[in-house]
Amino acid sequence: MSLLKITDLTQRFGGLTAVSDLQVDLEEGGLYGLIGPNGAGKTTIFNMVSGFYTPTEGTIDFDGTVINGKKPHSVTALGIGRTFQNIRLWHDMTVLDNIRLSQHYHLGYSVFEPFIRTKNYYSNEKRIEDKSMELLGVFNLQDIAQEFPKNLPYGIQRRVEIARALAANPKLLLLDEPAAGLSSADVVDLIDHIRWIHDNFDITIWMIEHQMEVIMNLCKYIKVIDFGKTIAEGTPDEIQKNPQVIKAYLGDEEEMYA
Amino acid sequence: MGKYQQKTIIIGGGILFALLLIMAQFKMIDLYVQSVIMFIGVNIIFATSLSIVNGYMGEFSCGHAGFMAVGAYVSSLMSVMLFTPDKATGLSVLPPSMSIYLFPVIIIIGGVVAGIAGLLVAIPSFKTRDDYLAIITIAVNFIIVTALNNMEVVGGSRGYMGMKKVIYGMEGIIKFPYMLFWVITFTIFAIFLIRRFITSTYGKGIIAIKQDEVAAEIMSVDTNHMKLVAFMFSSGLAGISGGLFAHVIGYVNPGSFSILKSTEGLVMVYLGGMGSLSGSVISAILFTILLEILRPLQILKWVIIPLMLILVMQFRPEGLMGDKELSDFFPKLKKYFKFK
Ligand SMILES: Nc1ncnc2c1ncn2[C@@H]1O[C@H](COP(=O)(O)OP(=O)(O)OP(=O)(O)O)[C@@H](O)[C@H]1O
Ligand SMILES: [Mg+2]
Repeated sequence: MSLLKITDLTQRFGGLTAVSDLQVDLEEGGLYGLIGPNGAGKTTIFNMVSGFYTPTEGTIDFDGTVINGKKPHSVTALGIGRTFQNIRLWHDMTVLDNIRLSQHYHLGYSVFEPFIRTKNYYSNEKRIEDKSMELLGVFNLQDIAQEFPKNLPYGIQRRVEIARALAANPKLLLLDEPAAGLSSADVVDLIDHIRWIHDNFDITIWMIEHQMEVIMNLCKYIKVIDFGKTIAEGTPDEIQKNPQVIKAYLGDEEEMYA
Repeated sequence: MGKYQQKTIIIGGGILFALLLIMAQFKMIDLYVQSVIMFIGVNIIFATSLSIVNGYMGEFSCGHAGFMAVGAYVSSLMSVMLFTPDKATGLSVLPPSMSIYLFPVIIIIGGVVAGIAGLLVAIPSFKTRDDYLAIITIAVNFIIVTALNNMEVVGGSRGYMGMKKVIYGMEGIIKFPYMLFWVITFTIFAIFLIRRFITSTYGKGIIAIKQDEVAAEIMSVDTNHMKLVAFMFSSGLAGISGGLFAHVIGYVNPGSFSILKSTEGLVMVYLGGMGSLSGSVISAILFTILLEILRPLQILKWVIIPLMLILVMQFRPEGLMGDKELSDFFPKLKKYFKFK
């Protein structure tokens, strides 16, 4: 079944067409890759899907609902979670609060209940806390629940950010360059980690990544874009042999076969 | 925080409060000292309410006194119109005895109207932020003061009075330091509400906005909704502080709610430390006392206070407390009171 269906999606910024005429069809449960040179428009696509940018043209259909034009928080509530290319945790808030807050769309109590502290308020706060701690436990992050993200190593921050995205119960998880800035040992861990999440959370993943090792290892289907246009798509094998892809990455060849 | 400790603090505080009231009742505290205590209370509400927006949400509101004015005028108008005897008949709209019960209601209504006035800033804040929003808040402050200056029903620039008579009326029925009682009660109430808000996952949404608004919106926080709530809550409490202020002094004029008053609020919040509730409380106390000490210096105090602000910003830009609470410095306090 198709979970995300993007038709004729275009994003213009003044004279610049960052994404043009994009078609995407993601099946439920898949693990998809999105690659392309710097400035190709990858993050822009994620920004449109998560509701942060309003597309200039085209439609984004998620799980039977057209979501373009919706505000990001309601898109998240519908089941799309994401991480950011340059980690955007709330750095002066504990890791636990970071996880708690991404459940803001479903607190289960009304505006007045924090003030009067009803039974319902306490039981929902407890539910949120338990769920957050459980999630941290799953990622073996329970010991740093009270730490501030800014004091954590980069690799751990990446994990916290993924955990935060998962706290909102997404059906689709968008990962924007999860391996950026990681050491090669961390990258190996990350690959296992993402595979494990995919298998255990019953989730569809779509990821942007420059490190081919990650993409080729994880994704069954990859889309390549350049200057906002799709230049190739297919299985890792097909992509690696595609002459157009090789051309787009010319000068970036090392990275391609790293 | 154990149930036992919580009880200790409630009982201890209650006894202190009662003692204060008894001493005031039997004139064992000087009227001047009483009024300083009341100004401290008013300033605590004013500063802590401003810290919701400037401290926790990280926007820069510079027109907070405008909302104080709304609360002050609305509640003053109500209490004077309802409880002042008519010159011809000698009867007031409502029997003066009711003023004893209705007084807090009138103060709260002033707060509610000020909260609604908060929409003047809340709605622009959806699209505007930082410096631009700060300019809007200044404009709103000016609009409110100018409107009051030109409204003859409330005395225009001459101001509005008659609130003392209402309080005297209350004291005539049953002798009691009403104002002292209500100022302290509302102060405790305001701190209590803000703390409950800010310790809930719901309220922490505004801290997420401060730290990264884009991440907040994308991670499921309805940022427009949270801004609306924060601005209305903040200006509503400012309105309550205004209503109390008006009834403590017994006289209001638009000039008391100018940008200068808003600046006092900023000084208190930044002196105390943004994002620290106990910081705002402590600095409101210090600031009020300082103002009293410097009173003989007249206009010179407006050289000394800004100078202090410059020094604080130079040498301790995070304010006295930064984003720490009292309990972070004195961990034992945690047993008694949970700050965050
Ligand atoms: N808000 C914006 N306003 C104007 N131009 C933008 C905006 N967002 C992105 N762009 C432009 O759109 C193009 C695509 O940017 P995008 O961030 O999507 O690239 P990317 O494929 O993610 O690149 P990278 O691999 O470097 O992350 C770039 O030229 C960028 O400058
Ligand atoms: Mg990018």
